[in-house]
Parts: sequence; structure tokens; C-alpha cells
Amino acid sequence: MGFIKDAMQPAGSLRARPLLTQIITLEEDPLNLTQGDILFLHMNEDPIRAGDIVVFNIKGKTIPVVHRVIQVHEQQNNKEIYVLTKGDINKKDDRLGGIYGSGQLWLQRQHIMGRAIGFLPYEGWVTIVLTENPIVKYVLIGALSLVLITSKDRGAKQNSRLV
Amino acid sequence: MHSFGYRANALLTVAVTILALMCAIASLSDNFNSPTPSAQVQVLNINWFQKHQDGNDEISLTLNISANLQSLFTWNTKQVFVFLAAEYETPMNSLNQVSLWDGIIPAKEHAKFWIHTSNKYRFIDQGSNLRGKDFNLTLHWHVMPKTGKMFADKIVMSGYRLPQDYR
Repeated sequence: MGFIKDAMQPAGSLRARPLLTQIITLEEDPLNLTQGDILFLHMNEDPIRAGDIVVFNIKGKTIPVVHRVIQVHEQQNNKEIYVLTKGDINKKDDRLGGIYGSGQLWLQRQHIMGRAIGFLPYEGWVTIVLTENPIVKYVLIGALSLVLITSKDRGAKQNSRLV
Repeated sequence: MHSFGYRANALLTVAVTILALMCAIASLSDNFNSPTPSAQVQVLNINWFQKHQDGNDEISLTLNISANLQSLFTWNTKQVFVFLAAEYETPMNSLNQVSLWDGIIPAKEHAKFWIHTSNKYRFIDQGSNLRGKDFNLTLHWHVMPKTGKMFADKIVMSGYRLPQDYR
């Protein structure tokens, strides 16, 4: 699984990058995840079924959304699928709640980027701190460089003893 | 090799490794749990039937849902998300799943419940297939762990049928 961290914005949505693990940095999230959790995503050929937590992209919006599937209509033969989603604590589904594009009634296979399969609590905080305070990043890199420069070269010391 | 920096680094590395290991073990311990959930649903009444302008059928039901999901909870369980879906086939669609009700069970004490409710979400078909339709009511649950892999399962209850005619 890939490992990528995104800074998020409030309103239950994520900024997109096409890799497989994302960090929730929202204060409030429909799936009862809290800021700083890492969510593991996976995509395979299994059919989408009601109850799955999916990550999807809406045309025209840059931010993907992580919500639960509450309705599935799968056609005979060509297996085209129509999906309706909703955040767990939202009162309205995503169609009524304005999350889908205007005039869009369903999600289809091509909109869905992945399915959530597990999560690790709290491990995301390091990245959040780094992303939101770039100063910390520079300080860390500066400190690491300092340590590198000032460390003694043990190899050379060993060699000089043998002489 | 014995400076504060090296020791601090070694300590931190070991600590993080152990933390990751503990999370993995916690998650694996869930595999030893063999749950024995049970559930029962009664359709008490079909409240009304409506045909929308775009041709889609909609019905409203009153349900009695009772379940015992206590055996799903382990010490690594954060909450259980449970929902009831009506599942049926139509000429156009090989599968339709429509969620009628859902809830979040935060703790084992709340996992044995019964509720009397009308459908929380609208039961709207893609088309006009709800008269006389046979359907299953499936209670699904998703166990969300404190750490690790989520898992889901369901109980399928079949034998429900919508009436052919409505008053």
C-alpha cells in the first residue's frame, strides 16, 4: 500500500492525491475518525456493496470524500453500478446534502478511488505538524544536517590505529 | 556511541517499533473472537406507497428490529456501525440494496437492542418494481477497531414481500 499524507479541510472532505493512505486532519469527521488518524485504503475488483466506506472524487471538485455506501443498484449483464453515499453522522445523503455535482444523482465505478479497510489512530500527527508548520520541517532538517556535519568519522579513526 | 543523542534516538526507535507491534497484536487478537450475533426484523406496516414523477416507486415501512450483537465487541472495538438494508432483484438490476435504517453502537451494553421505527432513509426504487416484490432484509454490521483492520458481516433474513395493491 502506498503511503501518502494530505492536509485536509473541514467539511468532511480530503484533498486528492492518487495514492492509497490518507491522514485525516479534520476536526469533525462523519466516520468518527479524529484528526491525526491514518486511514488505509485499498481498491480491488470486488463489487461495491452497501456498507462499504468509499473514497470518491466528484467531477469539478478537487477534494475527494470518504463516506459510506447506503444504496447500490447493480444492473444485470453489463454490471454498471449506481451508488448513493452518506456520511455516518450527516442527516442528509450526499445527493441531497450537495456533495455530488449539480444534477448528479449517483456515483459510478469510475468515481470511486478506493475502499477503507482499516486504520491506525494518532499516527498521523507527525505529518500534520510538519505540513501545517513548515518551520518545524526546516528546523528538523537543519538539526539533522548539524548532527551529520559534527559527527566524528569513526572509520578514519580505526584506520589510523592500524598504521 | 554513548552520547545523549544516540541514546535518545535508540530509545525513540525502540518505542515506536514496540508501539507498532502492539497495534498489530491488538488487531490480530480480534481474529480469535468468534462472534455469535442474532437478529430479527418484523415489518409491522407498509405506511404508504407513492409513485414519483420520474416513474420511481417509493414506500414507507414501519419496522421492529431486534438484535444481540454483544459478542462482536472485543477490547479492541471502538464502535459497531449497524444498518438494515432491503435487498431485491428487478428486471433491470440484478441487485438493489437500499439502506432503511442505521445506528452506531458505542459499547457492548448497547449492543442488545430492539427498536420500533419507520424507515430512516427513503426506500425508492430505480423504476417501478415495488408492487408484489419479494425482498430480503439484511442486517449488516461493520466493526470499527481502536486500531487495525475493520471487518464486516451480515445476517440475511428472507421471506418479506410487498403487497400487490395499496389502499
